[in-house]
Amino acid sequence: MALTTPDSGPLALPPGERTVENPLGIFTRPRTKTGWRSWVSTVDHKKIGIMYGAAALFFFLIGGIEALIIRLQLAAPDGKLVSADLYNQLFTMHGTTMIFLVVMPLGSAFMNYLIPLQIGARDVAFPRLNAFGLWAFLAGGIVLNSAWLLGGGADGGWFNYAPNNGVTYSPTHGIDFWNMGLLLTGIASLTGAINLIVTCLNMRAPGMTLMKMPVFTWMSLVTQFLLLFAIPVLTAAQFLLMFDRLFHANFFRVESGADPLLWENLFWIFGHPEVYIMILPAFGIVSEIIPVFSRKPIFGYQFMVFSGIAIGFMGWGVWAHHMFVSGIGPISVAAFSVSTMFIAVPTGVKILNWLATMWGGKLRLTTAMLFAIGLVGMFTIGGLSGVTHAVAPSDTQQTDTYYIVAHFHYVLFGGAFLALLGGMYFWWPKAFGYMLNEKIGKVHFWLILIGFNLTFGPMHILGLQGMPRRTYTYRDGYGFNFWNMVSTIGAFTIATAMVIFAFNILYSWRKAKAAKLAVPADPWDGRSLEWMVASPTPVHNFDEIPVVRTLDDFWHRKYGENEAGKLVRIAATEDVVQDGSNTDVHLPSPSYWPLVLASGLPLIAWGLIFNLWICVIGGALVIAAMYGWVMEPSVDDEAPHDHGDDHDGGDHGDDEAASEVDEAGPTGEEEEALVD
Amino acid sequence: MAHSMIDQTGAATPAVTEDHDGHGPSDRHYVNIAILLAVITGIEVAVYYLDLPSVALLVVLFILMAIKFFTVASQFMHLKFDSAILSRIFYGGLILAVIVYMIALSTFRLFNFF
Amino acid sequence: MTETGLTGAEAEAAALEHASGARIAATEADGHITSTGLTNEKLGMWVFLGSECLLFGGLISTYLLYKHNNQAGGPLPHELYDIPFTSISSFVLLMSSLTMVLAVSAAARGEGSKLRTWLLTTALLGSVFISGQVYEFQSFVKEGMGFTTNSASSAFFTLTGFHGVHVSIGIIMLISLALLSWRGRVPKERAEVVEIVGLYWHFVDVVWIIIFTVVYLIK
Repeated sequence: MALTTPDSGPLALPPGERTVENPLGIFTRPRTKTGWRSWVSTVDHKKIGIMYGAAALFFFLIGGIEALIIRLQLAAPDGKLVSADLYNQLFTMHGTTMIFLVVMPLGSAFMNYLIPLQIGARDVAFPRLNAFGLWAFLAGGIVLNSAWLLGGGADGGWFNYAPNNGVTYSPTHGIDFWNMGLLLTGIASLTGAINLIVTCLNMRAPGMTLMKMPVFTWMSLVTQFLLLFAIPVLTAAQFLLMFDRLFHANFFRVESGADPLLWENLFWIFGHPEVYIMILPAFGIVSEIIPVFSRKPIFGYQFMVFSGIAIGFMGWGVWAHHMFVSGIGPISVAAFSVSTMFIAVPTGVKILNWLATMWGGKLRLTTAMLFAIGLVGMFTIGGLSGVTHAVAPSDTQQTDTYYIVAHFHYVLFGGAFLALLGGMYFWWPKAFGYMLNEKIGKVHFWLILIGFNLTFGPMHILGLQGMPRRTYTYRDGYGFNFWNMVSTIGAFTIATAMVIFAFNILYSWRKAKAAKLAVPADPWDGRSLEWMVASPTPVHNFDEIPVVRTLDDFWHRKYGENEAGKLVRIAATEDVVQDGSNTDVHLPSPSYWPLVLASGLPLIAWGLIFNLWICVIGGALVIAAMYGWVMEPSVDDEAPHDHGDDHDGGDHGDDEAASEVDEAGPTGEEEEALVD
Repeated sequence: MAHSMIDQTGAATPAVTEDHDGHGPSDRHYVNIAILLAVITGIEVAVYYLDLPSVALLVVLFILMAIKFFTVASQFMHLKFDSAILSRIFYGGLILAVIVYMIALSTFRLFNFF
Repeated sequence: MTETGLTGAEAEAAALEHASGARIAATEADGHITSTGLTNEKLGMWVFLGSECLLFGGLISTYLLYKHNNQAGGPLPHELYDIPFTSISSFVLLMSSLTMVLAVSAAARGEGSKLRTWLLTTALLGSVFISGQVYEFQSFVKEGMGFTTNSASSAFFTLTGFHGVHVSIGIIMLISLALLSWRGRVPKERAEVVEIVGLYWHFVDVVWIIIFTVVYLIK
């Protein structure tokens, strides 16, 4: 299904008129397909996905360094490495960075890259909006981290409770940067949610009903609905905080009689769906990897889908389990305790289904598979500690201790992050046209698994022994010394493992380039549609949009069952995959406007903090960019014509213009070279 | 062709008078709806000035507000005549908001009965 | 706002959606059918409006929490309300929804001049509403209740302010649409863009319906 049209969008020119080359006399329409300009003006979901991933890994470095400093400070009692104030900044920025700038954008990277491919589309519903989301996210990450250079990081914890988040108790600008940065990333998430929901609902290939979508796409769809409804709640809270801090409003000021619990409620109404937003894409990734490397379809596809939807719904009814000791009263506490216990059920269903998929399957323990199994194991541990938190009386003991820190790191690092790493090993050949080295990958996996357990396992013990969270040091003689040291060693083990990962990327890329190795479309014998296109993915995705007949349609084009019910090959992979040679496809044209619009936003943010005149400049940029964007046709009128029509079925109305079409070709060498 | 319809919320709406080229409700119909909305607004204001006990006032005003809300949504925004997906998504968000925020407000003991 | 376009066939199909809610295939302009039968833009706007419910819900809840809280001093909002004045404002906004719907209707029939008339009338009514808000806010400030006076006032001004900003953005969109129509860029085939702007406008009206009752009328 070709995405866009000849120039007949609602605000585009009537037939016969020509595009104005320079609508504001400033920007010509970008045309380059290579070089940094092609990345900066791209609207291609694949490039955007890759950039989300690259940015996330960069922020992982920052958040990781923050973590290492924390661990160095806590390695021994009476740590003198950092002051209490700096420590507060470190754990706040570490948490905020890892959640908003690493795990969420890594999820976005996979969702952006894979959803159109998995549903048989050529791009998302609103390609320029997609690009805007990326740049807005980047702007938010920059604004948040600019705090380090402009007076110190946010220091109220990633959840930033009132009244501590007000100017009385946090007079530096750190929290303002936190607020602004996350407002920007929130805009990115919201636009991304609208985009991907419309994409999933509206742009599926012929024959792909909702119940034939891969589990990853389903989990992504649920995630996008969670984002759609959760982000506005955080946005509301953040505006209230901004008005308090910058304009002296009275939402959280205790001296004005305000109620700090307003912040807690609004934040956690967002915050609990947020954790499902982080884990569901990872669940989706695991649900793709395990069947491929078990040579079995996912066990209980419908249960996987419905449990994901159930988690999406139930996730809205448990938020106050983060507030058990805040004084909401026994009735509320009891109600939320019960609802929290229930939510373990759909998650348990998933764990069982993954295990059942592997049971009796022909397992291939590739690096991706190891990481996927890693999630299953580590998330289960994190889930079990989660169940102990659901029981309110025991949570009263655990809250604000390292036991909680252990829990969420097991589910977020051991769960989400391991799966995301596995996803990288799995889909790397599809995105970049070469495989990551398996041997080095296995070293990466085992080292990170060991390091992770060394870091966070002991925290269960420390927490139950009473070591509090968010405290910059501890005295000697409490019995905390040994496990803290172990934890710090574990942290540096994780760091080493990630260095090995970076090395793997470079080493594998160099090796592939030198040997001119090409990777086939389907190196893993995959099940879903993304494996049907060449590696790396051609710009236009599919030569011909496939007609989908069943779940795991690609698999069933390769394999059937004989009379005895055994799996038999019915077609060679080479005959089933597409080679990327149909380059006569309409694609949405690149544009600078999303980037220009996004660049006005941090100016507004810094302006609100420092000087309102900067706001004016930012605002002018935003308005000019909106005008430019709206007036620009989504497909470039002036692009050199190639062969004209899309070849799928061919019965469209008049083509008033063709889009530019001469891409790099199936191997996408230029794109590959640009990646590193 | 005029026919009375029950919209998705169960509230009855006046008969839809369609215009000649079958483009959905006619302009005349929309004007009727607007008159209905204006009348309800008038009733709301009148009720405000009556000396009703507070619970009764609350209930009456809420009902009137709901009628206006769903009338605009189903008629002016065309939800009644459009694909069900749109209603599900929009009302889904609305219901989620109402439930979640009411639970939150109840933890503040805003409603006297908790 | 638009990424994919509408052919005449698609606009026709969109205009023909009626009665039993039957799904008639809408086509993206290159002839390909969307999976739901709706255009991306329309579906996208409704998805966005769903999220806005959560945003305004948060601000309304904040007001409900604080409406009696003037511990920091100063009057409470409900002590200063001028219900007759606000009723007229509400009526004006309600009528703007009517003119909006008439604009959509005119657009579907390709009547450019009527379209512009109704769009500009809607924008005018919206501006009257905003002027009323501005006047009302100024009178509150004169009576000693400003944005920073107490929790109730902060909540009131934030909620109504957010709404007012949404209305203002709507007015800009309406005027822009009218200008584009004047330059011949909104023919019958592109009528859906008017409908989509209309959806945003009606939503803003519907939020006011809630605010008028919950904030002003209920004590």
